[in-house]
Amino acid sequence: MNLDEKFTEATWPSSPEQTTLEGKNKFLGFWFFLGGETVLFATLFATYLALKDDKVAAEIFALDLVFLATMLLLTSSLTSVYAMYHMKNYDFKRMQAWLLITVILGAAFLALEIYEFNHYVHEYGFTFTGSAYGSAFYTLVGFHGAHVAFGLMWIITLMVRNAKRGLNLYNAPKFYVASLYWHFIDVVWVFIFTVVYLMGMVG
Amino acid sequence: MGSNHVNSTHPKVDIARRRKKNLEDMRYQVISFSLMIFLTIIAFVAVGLDEISNWFTVPIILLLALIQVIFQLYYFMHMNHKGHEYPAFFLYSGILVGAVTILAFVTIVWI
Repeated sequence: MNLDEKFTEATWPSSPEQTTLEGKNKFLGFWFFLGGETVLFATLFATYLALKDDKVAAEIFALDLVFLATMLLLTSSLTSVYAMYHMKNYDFKRMQAWLLITVILGAAFLALEIYEFNHYVHEYGFTFTGSAYGSAFYTLVGFHGAHVAFGLMWIITLMVRNAKRGLNLYNAPKFYVASLYWHFIDVVWVFIFTVVYLMGMVG
Repeated sequence: MGSNHVNSTHPKVDIARRRKKNLEDMRYQVISFSLMIFLTIIAFVAVGLDEISNWFTVPIILLLALIQVIFQLYYFMHMNHKGHEYPAFFLYSGILVGAVTILAFVTIVWI
C-alpha cells in the first residue's frame, strides 16, 4: 500500500487509523501499553494510599485550584475528540486547530501544577524528601504531570512534523494514538482528583 | 479490506452519509462530556459541603469517578466501537493486576 497516497474526502477510508497493517499494529500495541500504564499508576496509587497522611492532606489542598485544573484537563480531552472527529472527515486544518487548543489547555494545566507544587514547597515546607507522604504524593502526581508534559511534546511534534504533509494513511494512526494517550492521561487524573485531592480533603 | 493491491484506489465512500454518522457520534461525545462535567461538579460540591458525613462522601465520589472513567473509556476512547476486544482484554488485565496491588497495599501495609 502506498502510504503517501493523496486522498480526497471521498477516498479517505472510514477508519483511517486502522486501514494499514502498520496502523492496526500501532492500535493494538498502544492499547497493550495502556494496560501496562494502568498497572504503573495503580501501583503508585497503592503506595500513596499506604503512606497517606490525612492531617497534612487536609491542611495543604485547596478545592478551587484542583477544580480549575480538572476542568482544564477534562475540556482538553473533549477538544482532542473534536480533533479526531475532523481527522475522520479528512479536514486537516480543523484537526490541527483543535489539537492546538488541546495543547494550550494541557499547558495551562501543567502551569497550574507547577504553581501548586511550588506553593506546597514554599508555603508549607511540604517536600519530596520531607516525609514518606511527600514522596508518595510527588511521585504519583508528578508522574502524571510528566505524562502531560510528554503528551504535549508528542502532539506538538506530530503537528509540526506533518504540518505540510496533510493527512495520509501514514500519519492518521499517529494522530489517533496520540489522542488515545491524551484521554488516558485524563482517566488517570479523574482518579487523582478523587483519591488524592477530594479524599484528602474529607480526611 | 482484504485486498493488498499496490497503489490501490480506495473505494469511494458516501460522504454525506459518513459525515452524518460522524456528526451523530460527535453528539454522543458532547453528551458524555457534559455528563462528566456534571459528575465532577457533584463530587466537588459533596466534598465542599460540610453537612455531608465523610463516611457517605467517600464511596459516592469514588463511584462518580468510576462512572466518569467508563464514559471516558467507552466514548472518548471508542471502546464502544467494534474491534475493541483486544484493547478491552489488555485494559481489564491491567485493572486486575492494579486492583490486587491496591487491595494488598491498603490492607497489609501500615505505619
